[in-house]
Amino acid sequence: MKVPLSWLREYVDLPAVTAHEVADKLTAGGLKLESITAHGHEIKNVVVGRVLAIEELAGFKKPIRHCRVEVGEAAPREIVCGAVNFVEGDVVPVALPGAVLPGGFEIASRKTYGRLSDGMICSEAELGIAESSPGILLLPQDTPIGADVVELLGLRDDVLELEITPDRGYALSIRGVAREAAIAFGVPFRDPGTVEPPVVEGESWPASIGDPTACDRFVLRSVSGFDPAAESPLWMRLRLVRAGMRPVSLAVDVTNYIMLELGQPLHAFDRSRLSGGIVVRRARAGETLETLDHVVRKLNEDDILITDDSGPISMAGTMGGLHTEISGTSGDIVIEAAHFSATGIARESRRHNLVSEASKRFERGVDRELPLIASWRAVQLLVELGGATAEPGVTHAQVEADPVTITIPAGHPGRVAGLPYTRETVVRRLEQVGCTVADGGVAGVRGGQGVAATGVVTSGDLADKLAVQGDDLITVTPPTWRPDLTDPNDLAEEVIRLEGYEHLPSVLPAAPAGAGLTEGQRRRRRTGRALAAAGYVEVLSYPFIGERDLDALQLPEGDARRRVTRLVNPLSEDEPFMRTTLLPGLLKTLVRNVGRGFGDVALFEIGLVYRPEADAPAAAPVLAVDRRPTSAELAEIEQALPRQPLRVAVVLAGEFERSGWWGAGRQASWADAVEAARTLARAAGVELGVGQDQHEPWHPGRCAVLTVTDAATGEQVTVGHAGELHPRVIEAYGLPPRTAAMELELSALSLPGPVQTPAVSAYPVATQDVALTVPVDTPVAEVESALRAGAGELLESIRLFDVYTGEQVGEGNKSLAYSLRFRAADRTLTVEETTAARDAAVARAAERTGAQLRGA
Amino acid sequence: MSNTYDPVEVTPLHADEVGRAQADALAAIAAARDLEDLKKARLAHAGDRSPIALANREIGALPPAARAEAGKRIGTARKAIGEALAARQAELEAERDARVLVEETVDVSLPWDRAPRGARHPLTTLQERIADAFVAMGYEVAEGPELEAEWFNFDALNIAPDHPARSDHDTFFVESTESGKVLRTQTSPVQIRALLARPLPVYVVSPGKTFRTDELDATHTPVFHQVEGLAIDKGLTMAHLKGTLDRFAEVMFGEGIRTRFRPNYFPFTEPSAEMDLLCFVCRGSSAVPGNPACRTCKSEGWIEWGGCGMVNPRVLIACGVDPSVYSGFAFGMGIERTLMFRHNAEDMRDMVEGDVRFTLPFGMEV
Repeated sequence: MKVPLSWLREYVDLPAVTAHEVADKLTAGGLKLESITAHGHEIKNVVVGRVLAIEELAGFKKPIRHCRVEVGEAAPREIVCGAVNFVEGDVVPVALPGAVLPGGFEIASRKTYGRLSDGMICSEAELGIAESSPGILLLPQDTPIGADVVELLGLRDDVLELEITPDRGYALSIRGVAREAAIAFGVPFRDPGTVEPPVVEGESWPASIGDPTACDRFVLRSVSGFDPAAESPLWMRLRLVRAGMRPVSLAVDVTNYIMLELGQPLHAFDRSRLSGGIVVRRARAGETLETLDHVVRKLNEDDILITDDSGPISMAGTMGGLHTEISGTSGDIVIEAAHFSATGIARESRRHNLVSEASKRFERGVDRELPLIASWRAVQLLVELGGATAEPGVTHAQVEADPVTITIPAGHPGRVAGLPYTRETVVRRLEQVGCTVADGGVAGVRGGQGVAATGVVTSGDLADKLAVQGDDLITVTPPTWRPDLTDPNDLAEEVIRLEGYEHLPSVLPAAPAGAGLTEGQRRRRRTGRALAAAGYVEVLSYPFIGERDLDALQLPEGDARRRVTRLVNPLSEDEPFMRTTLLPGLLKTLVRNVGRGFGDVALFEIGLVYRPEADAPAAAPVLAVDRRPTSAELAEIEQALPRQPLRVAVVLAGEFERSGWWGAGRQASWADAVEAARTLARAAGVELGVGQDQHEPWHPGRCAVLTVTDAATGEQVTVGHAGELHPRVIEAYGLPPRTAAMELELSALSLPGPVQTPAVSAYPVATQDVALTVPVDTPVAEVESALRAGAGELLESIRLFDVYTGEQVGEGNKSLAYSLRFRAADRTLTVEETTAARDAAVARAAERTGAQLRGA
Repeated sequence: MSNTYDPVEVTPLHADEVGRAQADALAAIAAARDLEDLKKARLAHAGDRSPIALANREIGALPPAARAEAGKRIGTARKAIGEALAARQAELEAERDARVLVEETVDVSLPWDRAPRGARHPLTTLQERIADAFVAMGYEVAEGPELEAEWFNFDALNIAPDHPARSDHDTFFVESTESGKVLRTQTSPVQIRALLARPLPVYVVSPGKTFRTDELDATHTPVFHQVEGLAIDKGLTMAHLKGTLDRFAEVMFGEGIRTRFRPNYFPFTEPSAEMDLLCFVCRGSSAVPGNPACRTCKSEGWIEWGGCGMVNPRVLIACGVDPSVYSGFAFGMGIERTLMFRHNAEDMRDMVEGDVRFTLPFGMEV
């Protein structure tokens, strides 16, 4: 909302303060300043002049005039001018030498077109009144010559642009802002909405309300003999422009001016285009309306319409119809001022994607008492400025509305604030915003069923739950311009904000002792730290993916990751899905880093993936809000939501250990990806199983399945995969060769209990090395787990220190050299004991994997 | 061993002989240029086959009367040689040590960046820091899904379907606009989940990812992060809200930094306030004309930080909490915005692009 300060001052006697001080007070009251624009402060030395003589200069490409202009000095000034819209005797603004125009443009005497030009005759644009103007600004003949133009036209002004929150529709008017300013400065407010229109008999035009849920007040007044050629006066155009609206024609400007002044949107119909009685009703199936913007709109059965015998003529509160629009020939005008359903207009405007100045106001709530007043103001202006005659009669259709009353203990605002206010303060503040306050009553909220309600309509049960019990009750009836005041806390806010938020005390409440972070939250942090410490950089990529990603990852038909959730309105049509895997975002980020010259890059991400269940219900129910939902209702919501497990993934390429003066580095490989999984498993406190697998998007020969043991069943559960990416994936994403990746579902890991303390034996260690020959495709992990199982509890640790393939172990075989360390908790092991344990280990490996002890 | 007197065989015990052997020994020790030379000298002049050792063996051949004197003479010589050896040994060792350590000197300024460096994202660690500030006050960290039911994201928060506030949310709809599912536009639905799931009183803070259909630019990102706080207890007031946020401001930005409230509107709180933070760089001084400008608060003295208010009783009712017994407050702030002013981050695009140059300096904590 743009508020010219001069307009505001018309209704409030603001003290001599700067625009910033006014803005600060309004901001403190909840009308937040967005910007202040100063107008006309720099303009000086522009005076009123009269053109005495005009000499047309010939021989130039465009018409040039040499004028003699009387400016209230001893002698007239000679001025060269390129405009031709004035004649001798016209009164015009003249910038004298030394004048400054908007933008710091200075005027000086100069020679031009062979003549002396001792000033400039100004247009509206040059004075900062309009964006552009076709010619010189012509002033009324009776304007005093030599007068200061800035003073005369009120060009010097400051415009406050205020952000109006959706609850305070009344502040989308100078009237509403002026009321707040008057309260803030403690000065009287002259309400422009208290005009008393004369009581008249008869209808202006037949009209009725067909749907009482759509509209509860509908007022028509009319004028005849309006001069369509009449122009809006400069003062009106100036205010409209400063308030951010474009002047159009007098009839339209008047409706806009009244809307800005009072907050009541108006609509003007060409009376000659109306046929028969007007009915306010909802649309019927198949109805259409061509609106002012020349669009033929298909109407929805919920749309609120103004109709006559011909059908729809206007979309209520959003946009008028083309056929009944005021045109350049309209002499008879019908002014509509109505009070429509806030939610009805909100829906209509959203459905048709039509946000207008009118719909913005209706959605936020308009004063139900304004239509009679605003329509009368409009008629007055059309008569005064457009030569029209007011037609007798006024049409006033209405539905009884049920005003809200709220009964609260007078101490309620203070109890919300934590700062006691006296009863007198509470009553005074509520009266200042326009409430009527009476003593006594029964605690609770009543009424508020009219079309004005902007919030959730209060049902009887909800009203009871909202009631604030207590002593010293007051019954508050909010003013008609504040449909947002429906609840006890709404009244509390009015009192607290006007008393000043800055006076609230600062008291730290004693929260009960909390339990700190959950195990899952701790684990998530540890996981992140462990990966960062291992050399990975965290990224937070957007969770949006597309079909192209699913294909690039080579996911086969039927892969669970292809079952995606689609967005209705994605940012990009190429990425309409929610990710089912973290890899696309990471891989694209890796490519971006490589492209920026960082070829050695290791990244990780921890985040949710979205995995819809195949049999999930399509929609989540929207539950009631006047009670706690049942567990069955909540379960229904949860079933409709996709599973959203927390995952962690890494990608890496280039050198994972850098080359340097010490020698060659080491390329990132499948092994690093698997090790990343082990690193995070250690951080997560779980034993991770690693097995051979084939799983997209990994290289079929270099893909590890990551498993954990299910505590309940003892079975191995897959929690992720790691390894080198498939060459086709690498090609599809343009990744460096041998890019490796790991992805694991953190949510699938059970949370570890307390770590059990190991027995630390001081007895000596006994080491036995064994070399085993196994077929080359035998997974090392299986051999190791067999050795562990066979070695029994004396085994302290096992370490693979060599893998060898070659002639000595035979074609198709490999040799695995292990170092086994044995130790007992209570004695020094004998050679026989150690050997027996080793033999048992080897025997188990032989049994499970066919391993042969080399040299045996 | 002979008991007979043999003048030839006792020659080595003559004073002259012993003296010469000692002098030879001392000369050889002094001449030893390194520990190897000294080792040879020790063998030659103090070893088992050295003249002195051989002479010592002859003492038994002397007449008993002469033995004491000869023994004393040999002993003196051996002591002198031994001392000379020890002294020279110490000298040569010191020389060797000094030389070797010099030879082993390296350039310790050589780089050793073999292992890759990693870092956590500052938006993650900032969320943790904020959560920790509240955990220290007794709060717990609550979580909820990012793809959320509309009822949780809007309706239960008193944002009715046709309320103008709802259209301000630029919501991503999931599957269809009728599905009742959206990407959560705020972390506030976690408030509802916490109230439905936890016993009262409830003090929770919930950091997380949120979504609105803004295009990515320097100051907007469609995927962003918020931290939401909620306290529901008996007798909580706006003064408690102020006290909590003032404490939080101090924890994050240092002693004396406080907050300021301005009236605002949020459907889920009533009364509602916009919360500003006293500029932690200029402490408000830049707002005074004539003082130096401040880039952190753009010389406003205060920094817009978030929204807050008393939880609307309608929200409590939707969660089955009796507003005549319980009241409480909620607050929320943007993490990206906090990172921008706390760390002078100027462009939100850096936070989403994943360029390692942006993230690495933030290390493990912010």
